[in-house]
Amino acid sequence: MRTEDLIDRLALDPPPRFGFGTVFMAATLLSIAVAGGIFLTVIGVRPDIGRAAESARFLFKFVATMPLALGALGVALRLSRPGMTAGGWQLVLGAVPVLLAIAVALELHQVPANLWQSRLVGTNAGFCLILIPLMALGPLALLIAVMRGGAPERPALAGGFAGLAAGGIAATFYAMHCPDDSPLFVAAWYSAAILVMGVAGCLAGRRFLRW
Amino acid sequence: MWDQGLEQEWADLMRMALAGDSAAYRQFLLCITPHLRAMARSRCRTLGAPDSETEDIVQEVLLAIHLKRGSWDSSRPIGPWIGAIVRNKIIDALRRRGRRTNVPIEDVMDTLAAEEQAGGLAQLDIDSHLATLKGRQQDIVRSISINGDSIRETANRFEMTEGAVRVALHRALKSLAQLCRIQST
Repeated sequence: MRTEDLIDRLALDPPPRFGFGTVFMAATLLSIAVAGGIFLTVIGVRPDIGRAAESARFLFKFVATMPLALGALGVALRLSRPGMTAGGWQLVLGAVPVLLAIAVALELHQVPANLWQSRLVGTNAGFCLILIPLMALGPLALLIAVMRGGAPERPALAGGFAGLAAGGIAATFYAMHCPDDSPLFVAAWYSAAILVMGVAGCLAGRRFLRW
Repeated sequence: MWDQGLEQEWADLMRMALAGDSAAYRQFLLCITPHLRAMARSRCRTLGAPDSETEDIVQEVLLAIHLKRGSWDSSRPIGPWIGAIVRNKIIDALRRRGRRTNVPIEDVMDTLAAEEQAGGLAQLDIDSHLATLKGRQQDIVRSISINGDSIRETANRFEMTEGAVRVALHRALKSLAQLCRIQST
């Protein structure tokens, strides 16, 4: 086919109805709705949520998970567009491990050493490792699906951030259920569950985000 | 990468295109094509790919720009966006080349000439050899080895399973090889 003929044919196609940013935003909201729906119907908030909401340890869980979800979403969106770098969102994301480290240091300082182990092990680490990825699967699938409409220059990397975002969304909900509030527990188990999703996102990106 | 004014013009055209103006879109594609071609050609030259590949790459880039046009953030410069797509498609094309491993014909001319002097299969009368095969085997060899059809196409045509086609082909080639050995001794 001659290049001029190709151009004539391409020009006849109507433009996409919505911009990529709009679609990505819609997928994000839908992801939150999906994970939230599963959370409310299957898992539910912990019974002592009212009292927990007054504790700094409980609240800190959201200080870690929400910037993680937000930062990873921002980076995933930017990396889905050719010619763009991760930008300022990576600072939001980078703040999470710093906050986590500070919280862990404070916890180690406040709690006597003989309690460290029980705080770290918690009461249901297994649930954490299963429920966070389970709730994150829907959001990850949605994000990868819309990112196929983008054009990530590094598909595995972009997919990895989508995985972290999905993990962050799921962890934010899970934190309302989980009775373990110690930063030691969060740093170990939440991180592990979210990193699993990051790896899953990398693999999904490599597979589905090539163009 | 490109002149600032030029990029500005492209961005304006693309904005109109995304708003539904197909004439502006056509204009945009026509405007960028010579630049895409220049980029593709210089890459092909530095990497030793034949010029014939340039136009393929240009068309692939145009198609990618078309399919991914929603991924351009219209509040940002368009140059880096186009540049990234071109880069991606050139890498793609080179990867494919790697798999195909094109070798310039000049490099193998001597070998070809030598083989011809030595004689061999090229001078054999293929038809007369095929005639020695049983009906279905003959059809299969003709389909795959001579017409270049795939196993699956052949299987579909003769309403056989792919496994059966493979087995029949293998047996047929084996008996042909035997025949050649007998004749050449």
